[in-house]
Amino acid sequence: MEYSPPPFFKRGPGLLTRFGFFALVSVALLVADARFGYMDTARGMLAAIVNPFQRLFALPADGLSRVAEFFVTSSHLRRENDRLRREALNNAAALQTQQSLAAENDNLRQLLGMRERVERTTIPAEILHAPRDPFARRVVVDRGAQHGVRPGLAAIDRLGVIGQVTRVFPFASEVSLITDKEQAVPIQVLRSGVRGVTFGIGYDGTLELRFMPVNADIQNGDLLVTSGIDGTYPPGLPVAVVSNIERNAAYAFARITCTPAAGVSSYGQILIVNAAEAGADPAAPGSPGAPPAAVQEQR
Amino acid sequence: MAERGEGSEILRPARWGYILLTLTIAVSANLLALPGVAQILRPDLLALTLIYWVVYHPRRLGFLPAWILGLVMDVANGSLFGEHALGYAVLMYLSIVLYRRIVMFGMIQQMLHVFAILVVSQAVMLVVRLAAGADFPGITYFVPSVLGALLWPALFALIRMPLRPRTGADVA
Repeated sequence: MEYSPPPFFKRGPGLLTRFGFFALVSVALLVADARFGYMDTARGMLAAIVNPFQRLFALPADGLSRVAEFFVTSSHLRRENDRLRREALNNAAALQTQQSLAAENDNLRQLLGMRERVERTTIPAEILHAPRDPFARRVVVDRGAQHGVRPGLAAIDRLGVIGQVTRVFPFASEVSLITDKEQAVPIQVLRSGVRGVTFGIGYDGTLELRFMPVNADIQNGDLLVTSGIDGTYPPGLPVAVVSNIERNAAYAFARITCTPAAGVSSYGQILIVNAAEAGADPAAPGSPGAPPAAVQEQR
Repeated sequence: MAERGEGSEILRPARWGYILLTLTIAVSANLLALPGVAQILRPDLLALTLIYWVVYHPRRLGFLPAWILGLVMDVANGSLFGEHALGYAVLMYLSIVLYRRIVMFGMIQQMLHVFAILVVSQAVMLVVRLAAGADFPGITYFVPSVLGALLWPALFALIRMPLRPRTGADVA
């Protein structure tokens, strides 16, 4: 950050030449970034300098919300406590059945000789802020390469999928929300098993389910969950709820809009799901590991 | 209504430390996280500060610092690498071309000029993003330029406050 007068420009080339030079370099950088993605190292180095300041300047907003939190009424807290307790109870019940189901599922899969579902580790992270870019739907979270975050990992909150990690810095990373125009999520209709892909359209609170035939078995209110066939999103996570279907015989595809299940634009805690590489845990290393687990369960 | 040639009084020379300070504050203001939609609508104070220094202290600030600060904003905003750099290069060019006119005008006309500069530089960034495959985010995209132009008188007064001659004739 030095601003000593650049002698080169004091009595150097004319205004238009100088402007042309910087414009050309900018355009070269833009093309290198947008087309080829060459700029990640340069961006990373600058980000290492800028990110701590950003963290610093996110503090006032943080502090304000904390102050607001301080003044919440006790009735509000009691209500939230009630809700959380109910949720915990429901979750406990679901978890107990889920454990027995998982064990049963493991046994069945072993019987069938199918590959076991890989255990996925999660990295808890907190949303720092939404960057000031009107063209994209993204959030910055406080976990980065140092915590094991890699580009391409899925990000979820307690209600469902929120997006995918698209850029990783040492101590922060950027998550593109599923409502971003460039984000696609492979899904499955929970009720009927129909597969499809949702696309963000660049507006908060709306997804589009494209390329579904007019006669596809989809109804209003259907829950869409990740299908997992992309290897990025773990299967079975809620993505969206179908909110509107327009079937027009004149078009090959139905026009289906959905509402994201997760609080895509609200701030809070999220989990980054560290999907094990698809090829890394095939059945072979999995099966020797499985019997001891089964033995332990029997004791 | 201001009289002709707003800001035509003779200022004390700006030291580099002061220029650096204003730019740092402007960058900090741009990095400040705001909740929700305010984040998108906030005016670009760094752009305004750059315009100020070019217009009222020409030949102090070259393209290079503006361009580098543009890259910093790109990294901070997560936009394309070079997007704000190009925008600020355009902004510097227009400011340098127009500064002799701008200083002759009253505040309202100055605001219009600043608005034009901000809009053009934003439009350049818009074209870049459209070329890269983004959608037009709606007319609210240009709201920061409007707010920036409205902020110009305040920023103008604020930056030059320490630069005014100490004659005791200050009204403010």
